[in-house]
Amino acid sequence: MIYDLSIPSQLMAALLPDLVLMGGAIVLMLFAAWRPESDEHQRAVGIGAMGLIVATIAAVIYMSSTGAESNAGVIAVDQFRWSVDLVILLAALGTIALSIEHNVREGIVHAEMHVLVLFAAAGMMVLAAGRDLMVIFLGIEIMSVAVYVLAGLNRRSPRAAEASLKYFLLGAFATGFMLYGIALVYGATGATQLDQISARISAYALLGNPMLLIGTGLLTIGLAFKVAAVPFHMWAPDVYDGAPTPITAFMAAAVKAAAFATFARIWYESFQMTVLTWASPLWWLAVATMVVGNVVALAQQNMKRMLAYSSIVHSGYLLVAILANSPLGSSAFVFYVFAYTLATFGAFAVISTLQSGGDRPPMIADYAGLWHVRPWLATAMGVYLLALLGFPVFGGVGFFAKWYLVRAAVDAQLNLTPLAVILVVTSVISAGYYLQVVRVMFMQPRAEDAPTPNTAGPMTKFVLATTVILILALGVYPTPLATWAEKGGMPLFKQQKLVTQVPTTEAR
Amino acid sequence: MTAFLESIGYNGWILPVLLALPLLGSVALFARAGSTASADEKMAADRRLAFWIFIAEAALSLGLWWSVDTASPDWQAAVKLPWIPAWGVTFHVGLDGIALMLVLLTTLLMPLAVLGGWTSVREKTASYYGLLLILTTGMLGVFMALDLVLFYVMWEVMLVPMYLIIGIWGGQRRLYASLKFFLYTMIGSLLMLVAVIWLGLATQKGGVPNFSYDAILELSRTGAFSGSIWLFSAFAIAFAVKVPMFPFHTWLPDAHVEAPTAGSVILAAIMLKMGTFGFVRFAVPLFPMAAMDPRVRTVMLVLAVVGIVYGALVALVQPDFKKLVAYSSVSHLGFVMLGIFAMTVESVQGALVVSISHGVSTGALFLLIGMIYERRHTRLVDDFGGIAKVMPIFSAFLTIVALSSIGVPGTNGFVGEFLVLIGSFPTQPVYTVIAATSVIFAAAYMLWAVQRIIYNPLVKPENLALKGMDLNWREIGLLVPLVIAILWIGVYPKPILQKTEAAAERLVRTVWSAPVSDPSQARGY
Repeated sequence: MIYDLSIPSQLMAALLPDLVLMGGAIVLMLFAAWRPESDEHQRAVGIGAMGLIVATIAAVIYMSSTGAESNAGVIAVDQFRWSVDLVILLAALGTIALSIEHNVREGIVHAEMHVLVLFAAAGMMVLAAGRDLMVIFLGIEIMSVAVYVLAGLNRRSPRAAEASLKYFLLGAFATGFMLYGIALVYGATGATQLDQISARISAYALLGNPMLLIGTGLLTIGLAFKVAAVPFHMWAPDVYDGAPTPITAFMAAAVKAAAFATFARIWYESFQMTVLTWASPLWWLAVATMVVGNVVALAQQNMKRMLAYSSIVHSGYLLVAILANSPLGSSAFVFYVFAYTLATFGAFAVISTLQSGGDRPPMIADYAGLWHVRPWLATAMGVYLLALLGFPVFGGVGFFAKWYLVRAAVDAQLNLTPLAVILVVTSVISAGYYLQVVRVMFMQPRAEDAPTPNTAGPMTKFVLATTVILILALGVYPTPLATWAEKGGMPLFKQQKLVTQVPTTEAR
Repeated sequence: MTAFLESIGYNGWILPVLLALPLLGSVALFARAGSTASADEKMAADRRLAFWIFIAEAALSLGLWWSVDTASPDWQAAVKLPWIPAWGVTFHVGLDGIALMLVLLTTLLMPLAVLGGWTSVREKTASYYGLLLILTTGMLGVFMALDLVLFYVMWEVMLVPMYLIIGIWGGQRRLYASLKFFLYTMIGSLLMLVAVIWLGLATQKGGVPNFSYDAILELSRTGAFSGSIWLFSAFAIAFAVKVPMFPFHTWLPDAHVEAPTAGSVILAAIMLKMGTFGFVRFAVPLFPMAAMDPRVRTVMLVLAVVGIVYGALVALVQPDFKKLVAYSSVSHLGFVMLGIFAMTVESVQGALVVSISHGVSTGALFLLIGMIYERRHTRLVDDFGGIAKVMPIFSAFLTIVALSSIGVPGTNGFVGEFLVLIGSFPTQPVYTVIAATSVIFAAAYMLWAVQRIIYNPLVKPENLALKGMDLNWREIGLLVPLVIAILWIGVYPKPILQKTEAAAERLVRTVWSAPVSDPSQARGY
C-alpha cells in the first residue's frame, strides 16, 4: 500500500514502530523512577527495555513485510529505513544486554540509563526515516542529547565526565554547523524536503550557486562530525575511551549507522545532481579518514582507543560506499553496516566482560595470554578482529562486507578503482593493530601476577555467541544478508537518474 | 582400478570430500580442547586422531592418480555448485595434470609432517592439530579452485592457521617471524582482491559478475585485458611474495627458522608451491601479453636468476642449518620461476618437477633438522661434528637427502633442474648459463654443511652424548617413503612427466597464441 503522509492517521501508521518505541520508552521512564535505585530495579528496567525493543523489531519486520511505500513527504517508508532500523534496534538490544551486567560490575545503579538508550534509538530511527532536513535535525538532537548523558553516566569516573563534556561541546558545535548548513540550503532552494531540494536545484539551475555550495559544505561538516570522519574525529577516541563500554559499543555501531543512513539519504535524494561537485571533497575526506585512522590506531596501547580509531577507519570505508553513488553502493552500505555492527559489538562485549572495575583503562597488554585462561573469549575476540580486518572465513562476513565495498567502488560510474586500491592498502595497515591484539592474546604468556579474568555473564554470553555465529555463518553463506542488503539499498535510487551535466534550464 | 573408481563415482565426490574431511577433523579436535584427561594422554590421543585423519585423506586422494585423465582438455573430477548466485560466485573445483601433482604432494606429505612433529609439540595439541587440518583444506583448495573468489578465499584461509602455528608453537623469535609472514603475504594478496573483482565485473553478464576461471580465460583470449600490466602485477606480486622471488623473500628465512618442524615442512614443501602454481594457473595464462611483454619478462627472468644465485651465496655463509636450507629454497624456487618464464614445454614441466622434488627433498631436510634439534637443541652447524660415528642411520639419510637437494644425477633434484636448464637454453641462453652456475654453489653449501655436521672429528662432549640416540622406528618409517620418492623420481620420472605434459603444452600454447592486446578495449587500464 501507499501511505499518504498528508493524512494524519496515515502518517501515524507510517510511524508505527517509532511510536511503539517512544510510547513504551515514556512508560518505562515512569516505571524507572518508581522505585529507589538498586541493581535489581536496574535489571528489571533493562529487561523491560529489551522486551520493548523486541516489540519494535517485530513492528519493523511487519512494516517491512507489507512492502508499503509512501508518497513524497517528510518521512520515508521504504526498505532502506527498515534495514537501518533493524541494525539500530539490534545494536540497542545488545547495548542493554551488555549494560545490565556491566552496570552491576561497575556499580552503576541508574535504571534510567536503559530508557536513555531507548530514546537514543528512537532518535536514530527518526534519522533513518527523515526525508526533511528539519525532521533529520530533530532526529539528530534526540539521539545526541541522550548519548551525551549516557557517555557521562558513570559519575564516579573523571574520564567519563571528561568524555561526556567533550562530546557535548563538540557535538553542539557540529550541530551548529549543520543547522547553518540547513539554513543556507533552505535559503538557496526554498525547501527543506529532500525531494523538493533536488527538484529545485535542477529547475532553477542552482548547481554553481555559492549559497548552496556553502550550505552543503556545512551540512557535510556537521555529518562528518557525527560519523567521526577525519579531520572531524578528534572527539571520538576520548569519548569512546571514557564512556561505559556498552555505551561505547552503542556509539560505535548504532550512532554511526544512523548518522551514515541520513548522510546517504541526504546525498542520494537531494544532491544527486551535484555529484561532480561533492565527489572530490568526499573523496579526500574518505582517503584522509582511512589513512589517518589506520596510522594512528597503530600507536594505541588502550584497547578502547584502538577500537575508536578502528571505528574512524570504518567511517572512511563507508564513505566509499556513499561515493559509489549507485544502488550497489547503497546496498554495500547496508551490508557493511550490519557486518560492522556485529563485529564491533562483539569486540566491545569482550572488553566489557574483562573490565575489572575501577577507572583503569583496558590496556592491550592486559590481554596477554588470555587464550590460556579464557580460550573461548580469546577466540571470539580473534573472530571479531579478523572480521573488522575483513579476513575471509575466520573473519566471516567481514570479508564479504569489504568485498562488497570494493565491488561497488570498482563498478561505480565515477572511476573509484584508485579509491578501492587505497581502501585495500590501508586495510593492510589495519592488520598491524588488529593482529597485535591477536598476538598478545594467543602468543604471549600470561603474566604471573595477572588477575584471573572475569567470566562472561549469561547476557554477555548470549551476545557473544550470537555475534560469532552470525559472523561465521554469514561468512560462509552470505546470500541471505546480500539479498536483504540489496533490497535495503535499492529505494534510495528508485526515481533517481544520475545527472552529471549541468541542466540547461533558464535561471529563475 | 579405473573401472572400480568409476563404479563408485569417485570423480563426482572426491574433491569436496578432500576439502571437507580435514575441516570436520579440525572440529573434532577443537571439541577435544576442553578434555580433562592428563596432558600426556591428551597429547597422545590428539596426535593419533590427527594422524589417522591425514592417513585417510592421503588414502582417499590416491585414487586421483588413476581417475584423472590428464590428457583431456576438460577439468577432471570437476564439481560445480552454486555458492553466492547473486554475486556470480560458484564453488567450482577441478584438476588438471599440474594441480593433480600438487594435490597429491600435499595429501601424501601431511601425514609425514605430523609424524615429524610427533613428540616436539606438547602444549595445546588439540588446537595445533586442528589448525594443521584447516591449513590442509586451504592448501588443497588453492590447487583445486576454478572460481577466482573461491581461490582468493582459500589463499587467505591458510594464512591464519600458519600465523598461529608459527606464533604459538614456534621458536625464540616467533612473534616477529609470524607477523612478518602474515603481513608480507597479506600485503601481496590484497591488490589481487581488487584485480579479482575487476575481472569478475569485466566478465559480467546481465549485471551479475562472473568469477569463473574458464569465462575469464575466454574473455582474456579476445584480448580484452591480456596485455594489462596492472592486472598482471596485482596477481604477480601476490604470487611473487609467496614463491618468494628475490626482493620479496625476506619473510621466508624468519618464518622457516622459527616455525615448528611440521610448519617448516609445510611452508617449504607446499605453501611456496602455491606461489608458482599461481603463476602457472592465473598470472601467466590470464595475462599472457603482459607476462611475455619483453620488459616484464626480462624483469621476471632477472629476478629469478638473481634469486637463484643470491639464495645460494647467502646459504653458503649461514651458521644455522635451518636457515641454510631456507635460503636454498630461495635458490631452488628461482629455478621454478626461470622455467615458467622461459615458457617452453620442457621448461614448464621442469619447473613442475623442481616444485615437487623441492617439496620432497626440503621437506625431508626440515624433518631431519627437527630430529637432530630435538636431541641436541641446537641447529648451528659448528656445534656438530662427527655425528656419523654416533648416529649412523641419521647420517645416511642426511647424506642421501642432501645429495638430492644438490641435484646429483639419479636423484629427483637432477631431473627437474636439468629439464629447466635444457628447456630454457634455446630461448634464454644467458640466464640459463648464469643459473647453471648455482648447481656448483649448491654443492658447495650443502656438502660443506654436511661435512661439518656428520664428518669432521667427533670432539664435542655433547655430540659424544648422542651415542645410542640414533633415529627410532617412527623417524625411520617417515623418512623411508621420502627417500623412495627421491630415488624413484630421480631414476624414472616418466609417470610424472607424462601426467603433466598435456597441461604444460596447453599452457604454452595458450600463452604463445595470445592475441595482440588492444588497449582501446581495456576498461580504463
